[in-house]
Amino acid sequence: MEKVLAQRDVFGETLVELAHQDPRIVCLDGDLSTSTRADLMFEAYPERFLQMGIAEQNMFGVAAGIATMGFIPFISTFAVFAAKRALDQIRIVIAQPGLNVKFIGAYSGILTGKTGKTHQAMEDLTVFRAMPNVVSIAPIDGVEVRAAMRAMVAYNGPVYLRLTRDPMPIIMAENYEFKIGKAIVLREGHDISLIGTGEQTQRCLEAAKLLAEEGVQAYVLHVPTLKPLDNEAIVKAASATGLVVTAEDHSILGGLGGAVAEVLGEEYPVRMKRVGVKDTFGESAPNGPLLEKYGLTPRHIVEAAHTLLNYRKS
Amino acid sequence: MIGSAFPGNSDLTEIARNVRINIIRSVHHAKGGHLGGPFSAVELLVSLYFHELRIDPQNPSWEERDRFILSKGHSAIGLYAVMAERGFFPKEELMTFDAIDSRLQGHPDMTKTPGIDMSSGSLGQGLSAGIGIALGARMLGKDCRTYVMIGDGEAQEGQIWEAAFIASRYKLDNLVAILDNNKVQQFGWQYPMPLPPIDHPAQKFEAFGWNVIEINGHDFKEILDAFAAAKKVKGKPTIIIANTIKGKGISFAEGKYQWHARVPNDEELAQALVELEKAG
Ligand SMILES: Cc1ncc(C[n+]2csc(CCOP(=O)(O)OP(=O)(O)O)c2C)c(N)n1
Repeated sequence: MEKVLAQRDVFGETLVELAHQDPRIVCLDGDLSTSTRADLMFEAYPERFLQMGIAEQNMFGVAAGIATMGFIPFISTFAVFAAKRALDQIRIVIAQPGLNVKFIGAYSGILTGKTGKTHQAMEDLTVFRAMPNVVSIAPIDGVEVRAAMRAMVAYNGPVYLRLTRDPMPIIMAENYEFKIGKAIVLREGHDISLIGTGEQTQRCLEAAKLLAEEGVQAYVLHVPTLKPLDNEAIVKAASATGLVVTAEDHSILGGLGGAVAEVLGEEYPVRMKRVGVKDTFGESAPNGPLLEKYGLTPRHIVEAAHTLLNYRKS
Repeated sequence: MIGSAFPGNSDLTEIARNVRINIIRSVHHAKGGHLGGPFSAVELLVSLYFHELRIDPQNPSWEERDRFILSKGHSAIGLYAVMAERGFFPKEELMTFDAIDSRLQGHPDMTKTPGIDMSSGSLGQGLSAGIGIALGARMLGKDCRTYVMIGDGEAQEGQIWEAAFIASRYKLDNLVAILDNNKVQQFGWQYPMPLPPIDHPAQKFEAFGWNVIEINGHDFKEILDAFAAAKKVKGKPTIIIANTIKGKGISFAEGKYQWHARVPNDEELAQALVELEKAG
């Protein structure tokens, strides 16, 4: 059996580990810790777990203040609320002064446990990519969540960590070293490049397997840090094959697809396709039907690859 | 117990029982949704839809209708179960809750479900929308009334208090807020001791210029009397602070934050159904 882990569980466990090593770490919760798994921090260090209630704007403001007192606040909330409910607070008192606040976007993307369009975060990466000073990270699996959190604490400044809800296989090796701003090649290939972020890179790897069955060798690049973006690795991926498919559990407007298009448009124009949520809101449903309806399965990545390969042929 | 003096109480009680049964069945079937919050609000929702609201299930977009906003949108399945009972859509449709392409979304969606007057799900926003409807009705000279249900955890949102200020500044006596004061949120404060989501809500709303009525939110007579009393008050919005029990009607869920959004397993469902069938 392959090992599966939910990113949120790893988040909760790692927060406790880090808090154990570093007394500056505190957790601010927007009444969602039983979902985000910051409740593990509550159990381990109840006095360093500050319940802020259902009041996100205030919570981000409090985080800014406590950061100036030398603490490292980790904020526990959903991606939708981090990216939108408290956005002006993040911009004014966290991003502009560059304060050392770490905020997670739990339940990101479309797979939010059947909560539907109000809770599906499709534009958080777009928002934070456009926000100066905010590092944005979307890990592929639990191992990368743990590694990224260590890097977040070592780094002094605002960081957004985009997390998913449900268990997924582990892809990265235990000793994997995460570096903020570094993309990583997961598969070599010369026919087409698949560039993914977050958990969606796992579906790129699935797609690469399907393509290999047809004799198409895909190059797979995982881009965990959306900001700062690894332009060099993206250009290298494009030049390796001359065709690029991007994949993200996020809107195709302004997220990874947008970022890659910006880089390649200026530095290395090649034909590309963006696989992700189109310009639409979602709905509540189980994961399988959602991935299918909103075009996020490995098959959709394969189809995008076929379109590009056909274009090359013609 | 519910006073028998009030006509129709026994019917309302029966409806409330069916609603609870349909809520827990739907949540169990969908393997998703919330339980505690919908259950605390059942008598309030039944009173609205079977007594108070001027509505026509056959004509859900009737211009002269009263409006209702479930600002604590995570309790959507409670609202759907009541609306199905009232005839807005077939009861069988409850089994599509949270399924792909369903009209019954995890949170109320005015673009999908007939009879939903405002979308919600991100807490704290419904009261503001209710103010807009009430202001619009007044400017158009319509006599329809607007009702908004908020949660006590939801009342932590700043926007609720921004709305509380504006509603009283505009003297919106055609607006009634209902606070489902079930004393439990998703997790809240558990250390060093458990604390309720909000202290002294009556005093707070009074200080903001509201007419405040405090009742037992599971007692139909008190609920209907409160709605009637609210209609008589001029020049201020009214808030009904309905003291309720989260998870009301299921012994193992009552008052427990753990049942905020838990899906019952088969045994829990069976036990809950036995208790609900027995309840008076
Ligand atoms: C802005 C916002 N923050 C957080 C949530 C997640 N959430 C859904 S329900 C809930 C608790 C609500 O508590 P309360 O208002 O008391 O509702 P009830 O007890 O009636 O279910 C939370 C935190 C949300 N839906 N919206």
